[in-house]
Amino acid sequence: MRQTIVRSVNDLPTYGFGSQSGPWWGAMAFIALEGMGFAVAIAAYLYLYAVNPKWPISSAPPDLWPGTLETAIFLLSVIPNELTNRVAHRLDLRGVRIGLIVMSVIGVGLLVVRGFSFAHLNTRWDLDAYGSVVWFVLGLHTTHLATDVVDTIVLTILMFTRHATARRFSDVTDNAFYWNFVVIAWLPLYLLLDWIPRL
Amino acid sequence: MTSWLRLSLAIAGACVLASCTGWQSSFNAQAPQADEIRRLLLIFIAVSAVVWIGVMVVLFFGMLRRKRQNQQPLDLHEGFERRAGSVVLIAGLLTTVTVLALSFVSYGAQRTVFANEADPVTIKVTGHQWWWEVQYQADSPHLSFTTANEIRVPVGKPVTVELESADVIHSFWVPSLTGKMDLITGQRNSLQFTARTAGIYRGQCAEFCGIQHAHMAFTVRALPPDEYSRWRHHQNQGAASPGDPLGIRGEQLFRGRGCGLCHTIRGTLAGGQFGPDLTHVASRDTIAAGTLPKTSGNLAAWISDPQHIKPGNLMPKMALQSDEMIAIVHYLEQLQ
Amino acid sequence: MSELVSTPDRELRDNDLDHSELSARLIGLWHTPSGWLGRLATVDHKVVGKRYILTAFAFLALGGILAVLMRLQLSGAERKLLSPDLYNQVFTMHGSTMMFLFAVPVMKAFAVYFVPLMVGTRNIAFPRLNAFSYWIFLFGGCFLWGSFLFNAGPDIGWFAYVPLSSLQFNPSKRADVWAQMITFTEVAALAVAVEIVVTVFKQRAVGMTLDRIPIYVWAMLVTAFLVLFAMPSVMIASTTLILDRLVNTHFYDTASGGNVLLWQHLFWFFGHPEVYIIFIPATGMVSMLVATFARRPVVGYTVIVLSLIATGFLSFGLWVHHMFATGLPQLGASMFTASSMLIAVPSGLQIFCWLATLWDGRPVYRTPLLFVLGFIAIFVLGGLSGVMVASVPIDMQVHDTYFVVAHFHYVLIGGAVFPLIGALYYWFPKITGRMLSERLGRWNFWLAFIGFNIGFFPMHILGLMGMPRRVYTYTPEMGWDHLNLLSSTGGVVFATSFVLLIFNVIHSLRRGELAGDNPWDASTLEWATSSPPPPYNFSRIPVVTHRDPLWADAGNLPVVAGLSVERREVLLSSVADAEPHTRESSPEPSIWPLLTAIATTIFFIGSIFTPWAVVWGTPPIAAALIGWFWPSGTKEDEE
Repeated sequence: MRQTIVRSVNDLPTYGFGSQSGPWWGAMAFIALEGMGFAVAIAAYLYLYAVNPKWPISSAPPDLWPGTLETAIFLLSVIPNELTNRVAHRLDLRGVRIGLIVMSVIGVGLLVVRGFSFAHLNTRWDLDAYGSVVWFVLGLHTTHLATDVVDTIVLTILMFTRHATARRFSDVTDNAFYWNFVVIAWLPLYLLLDWIPRL
Repeated sequence: MTSWLRLSLAIAGACVLASCTGWQSSFNAQAPQADEIRRLLLIFIAVSAVVWIGVMVVLFFGMLRRKRQNQQPLDLHEGFERRAGSVVLIAGLLTTVTVLALSFVSYGAQRTVFANEADPVTIKVTGHQWWWEVQYQADSPHLSFTTANEIRVPVGKPVTVELESADVIHSFWVPSLTGKMDLITGQRNSLQFTARTAGIYRGQCAEFCGIQHAHMAFTVRALPPDEYSRWRHHQNQGAASPGDPLGIRGEQLFRGRGCGLCHTIRGTLAGGQFGPDLTHVASRDTIAAGTLPKTSGNLAAWISDPQHIKPGNLMPKMALQSDEMIAIVHYLEQLQ
Repeated sequence: MSELVSTPDRELRDNDLDHSELSARLIGLWHTPSGWLGRLATVDHKVVGKRYILTAFAFLALGGILAVLMRLQLSGAERKLLSPDLYNQVFTMHGSTMMFLFAVPVMKAFAVYFVPLMVGTRNIAFPRLNAFSYWIFLFGGCFLWGSFLFNAGPDIGWFAYVPLSSLQFNPSKRADVWAQMITFTEVAALAVAVEIVVTVFKQRAVGMTLDRIPIYVWAMLVTAFLVLFAMPSVMIASTTLILDRLVNTHFYDTASGGNVLLWQHLFWFFGHPEVYIIFIPATGMVSMLVATFARRPVVGYTVIVLSLIATGFLSFGLWVHHMFATGLPQLGASMFTASSMLIAVPSGLQIFCWLATLWDGRPVYRTPLLFVLGFIAIFVLGGLSGVMVASVPIDMQVHDTYFVVAHFHYVLIGGAVFPLIGALYYWFPKITGRMLSERLGRWNFWLAFIGFNIGFFPMHILGLMGMPRRVYTYTPEMGWDHLNLLSSTGGVVFATSFVLLIFNVIHSLRRGELAGDNPWDASTLEWATSSPPPPYNFSRIPVVTHRDPLWADAGNLPVVAGLSVERREVLLSSVADAEPHTRESSPEPSIWPLLTAIATTIFFIGSIFTPWAVVWGTPPIAAALIGWFWPSGTKEDEE
């Protein structure tokens, strides 16, 4: 087929931030499907809550402090996360390195607190349906948390290598974007796990 | 075209005719509930036939009509595009109206089918892998009894079946009487029907429930009220004691060989709960949940190798001598 | 930091290259390396798409053989061809194979091949994820069939209702195999859905605004969203089932507060959209075929696109109609009657649009059009019986009977397989460069059409006569023999039509007429490149000025210049009006997706046998993923 050149894209950049980049849209799509996963898990929890006259079925509600502590750290983590996002937009390598290290430390810290959360659920997955569903919901969120922490650590290491190029900054902003999702997904789960059993 | 039309009408007619026959057919309605559903089915089939034929006619004439020639693909006629748009939208509107009307008709029928009348005969049916436990409940416990796989109901009186499962999900379905309802683990469902005419109506488990789902049938026999009460009174009695030496030997063997660990025969020491109640097994028409007609030969064949007839069912194969078999079958045959 | 942002000016662009040099350079850049390692590492969407299509059709053949076995077993009362145990495995394998290993993957497979071509880009978004998706699908399918060959095939139905699928009633590994097969295929499906969404949103050719997107691409976009929102539900269902079986949780254990209907809600919340995940792509194909063979654009582009979107939304509001017999509250159930019937409206609107197009057009009676006409006849009937089963009282009679078997085969075979085979005849020349035989095609169509109707129409009557589904046999006094024999005969004829199709494909691959770029004189961009397309799809990215670009400006393709010829580049454009804004690099071939898929497979299969597989199975996956995303230091990754 005969071709006629009608337009030039010579001047277009080779990477973009946010909605200008492909990976950002990929992250959006994954967030959509994972968000749906959380929604379904919450629905399953509420379904079991609705069909059981007693909730928790045969145990005490979880201790409040680990979940509440997590919630506080999650909410505060939004600040360094946003700062990292901004320095990445400015292609500030030093700032990004600091930001990523801070976020990695916060992530690892949250995983430690998450361990306490499991220990203070006051039930086991094989005790009854309540125990099964709270372990499942918390486990589901933990996989997201752990994945993002590992991703953050890998990015941090990358930023100290020769691969710390322009495109990597876009990856950093996508990682920051995904962290916000991990935080937002946690908030309804905190209410679900820690407060519904106290109703 | 007309031949196609004739053919499809003939096929449709044949379907309805074919479905009318058969003792497990939705079209062989013998209760007001089944009548209502059949009426609804006919309405829906009629509407569907009209729509389908309409679409085919439009398609057929649309394909065959004379076309403008030598036209480029994008050489469109403004007038046609506009008209086509309106026609499509009107057809869409008509579709909406039709399905909403059908929803209302359906809802009306649903209310009729589920309109529970007061003071019914209540029968509790429990699904087991792969048979039906049937309990007749009365105000006083000594008027309550248990049987299996064959349900008898009085003609003209509303009957409520309460449905539960002892293991996996089953579904209670007697097409001549009403639609199906599942027997769900950990849940109690119920269903009401009123048999209009005396007769035997076959039902079958309609939810896949494991290896012998195919052989989990039962019958509902509608009896005139006085016959029904006679039957009920008879069923309420314990088992008849065997009257002859062979029968007595059979009863001893029944216990001695462990049959009573799974089966109950009221009035004897056999009180097992895992298998069907056999107190009046000789008064039934079939064995193994509608799998075989109840004859002496079939009883013997079943007891000697149930896994051959209904592979995977939960009754173990018993090693019996032929004289022992004769005695047990003879005993069971006396349990009228 | 300025050295990080500047574009290297020394980079060679395609501006001034003549056609032959441009092609040579692009081939060097985009081709799949030869040798087995190169083939395993390929990320070309066309190579992966072909593998996907071929594998899905292989599973169709396997599932079809099972169907024939079942029809032989049911052709008369009390036949002993299959034991009840084997029959239950066979019908479960048939359903699972057809739904999870054929119907959904084959629709994705065509999209993997054609969506990038139709939107005018050089590769799918996330091509490594695409390769990973294929491997996972392949391994999951082989795992299921391998288990079946070792007598560990699932025997719990494709819906795996608890408690029949619980450890108590299914102590072998059969139910675990089913649950884990779900995980495999869902991961594969979700990956493709993400790729399709991003490809359609961001990689459309310059000027392909929302109202110029080919309807098939719209259909795949809607489907991708359905996958994103429906599949998580079944993944949670299968995961909780396997947890119940493996580590003694109690989601479905009524004695400990669990609930068996929860399973049905989770399964059907996925299971009903699933039908549309199969059907919507098929309607997209129909719209393409109708336009090409009626020789005019489809009437009501906007109506069709809105119908697709409406179908997508409505499909999430119907799941309860699979549960009418579970004793749900009556008023609630009747709401689902109305919503289930209403989905007939968008489907109806599409049919009306196609009818109007055929009415005005000048039909060219080639095999693809025959399959479209067959589709309309069969699918309309299936849709109408769907309206019937949406009614609560009618469903109470016909639910779980052969009436429903007839209904969904009319919908799925009539509604999806007929368009699919039509699309295969249509696109085969693009994929292979050769036409399928028209004469064999006609035989193929008529055998399929007649065989299908003889095979499946009698099932409506059998259902009304009281024959339940999923029975391995029936007693002679039921009077179902004759219709079953008729149905089996039709089934064999229908199967023969597929043998003919296979023969046609094999024959035409070698001897078929050469196709040329655009053998059907179709209007969309996939026909603007050679058949088969070069590894880079388009030597220059097209500029779209019309909904039917190849009809609007015959023989001349407006294109853009300025892309690199030193690294794999795709053009990203804005979502709504497709204005280009970035020249983004597209990944090189990599072996890591395959290694990740192998690690994932070991994890999934291992976790059937021990929960510790989650512990020792995770690090290899993480390592493989890091390998996958670690920059290679080449120009593509660094820029």
